[in-house]
Amino acid sequence: MSIRTPLGRARGLGSAKTGTDHWWAQRVTALALIPLVIWFVVSMIVNTGSDHEAALSFISSPINAVLLTLLIVATFYHGQLGLQVVIEDYIHTKWLEVALILSVKGGAIFLGVASVYAVIAIALGG
Amino acid sequence: MAEFTLPKKSKVIEGKEWPKPEGATNTKAIKVYRWSPDDDQNPRLDTYHVDLDDCGPMVLDALIKIKNEVDSTLAFRRSCREGVCGSCAMNIDGGNTLACTKYIADAKGDLKIYPLPHQAVIKDLVPDQTHFFAQYREIEPWLKTDTPAPERERLQSPEDRAKVDGLWECVLCACCSTSCPSYWWNEDRYLGPAILLQAYRWLADSRDEATGERLDNLEDPFRLYRCHTIMNCTKTCPKHLNPAKAIASIKKMMVERRL
Repeated sequence: MSIRTPLGRARGLGSAKTGTDHWWAQRVTALALIPLVIWFVVSMIVNTGSDHEAALSFISSPINAVLLTLLIVATFYHGQLGLQVVIEDYIHTKWLEVALILSVKGGAIFLGVASVYAVIAIALGG
Repeated sequence: MAEFTLPKKSKVIEGKEWPKPEGATNTKAIKVYRWSPDDDQNPRLDTYHVDLDDCGPMVLDALIKIKNEVDSTLAFRRSCREGVCGSCAMNIDGGNTLACTKYIADAKGDLKIYPLPHQAVIKDLVPDQTHFFAQYREIEPWLKTDTPAPERERLQSPEDRAKVDGLWECVLCACCSTSCPSYWWNEDRYLGPAILLQAYRWLADSRDEATGERLDNLEDPFRLYRCHTIMNCTKTCPKHLNPAKAIASIKKMMVERRL
């Protein structure tokens, strides 16, 4: 039980003076993903039925390796921004909210780094 | 954690069916949400039958007729009865609107009336708006200037005056905020469409000198950025205003001042 004035409760801890970077980054990565996803889908269709060798040589091409890396970074960055918002919307138990956000961000970094490492290993190892 | 079911005491049960008016040939069944803090009962839906040949055309006319002639215990807010005061906001036929500007004839079949969604109920159709108006107070909805007050009125060009059109008409009925899922889940911190439209009303006012300070106070993941452009606000506004656009304009100003 806590007795506070309605205004005190409404003001709460005050404004965090942040949020615009998050919002802007989500929109910019969304825009970047439009051409990247189109390129990726078209490439996959073109390469339908190719064998492992062909896939390796596709990734080894400098332009494909760069575009693939950009796609991976933009996807995971955009994805974790979006999931963070979903968690903030719906999870109201503070420790669980923080734990989930950290897991999502950690997971995105782990998977993103692993994917980029795979591309670099193929591109430079081949 | 999220709650997926209503608490037992919040389940709405079927209530009393009041008798049809005698001799009436053109009646409409109106189901109204009833809840009282004075007994320990669940909320219930009472059914009233209103003689449409002896009643004004608006939902508020029917409610007043019920209160005057059938059941004086029914509680609801109303004042101006012409869409200017914003008191009689409620959920009618599935949408938030003002009872005084909503035609009874708009509802096909039974007319169902509930209080504004996701607000604590004081009694029947009267929601607790304490927090809503505290949030309005929080955005400091008045002209702020550092320049000493002029001898005469503060000048504003007709073009600048036009920028607050579509904003000043808001009557703070809370139909939009209580139709917004983001406000349902996070009303403790999210300001909601009505208050953000009011905040933009002062951001858009050329005479105000506190624009930066106002933006500072709004820039927050919860206060402003819980808006996910769901647009329920714009769809439901009984004054046909566009809170979603006002919020987008605030976000635009946020980006503008750092580019």
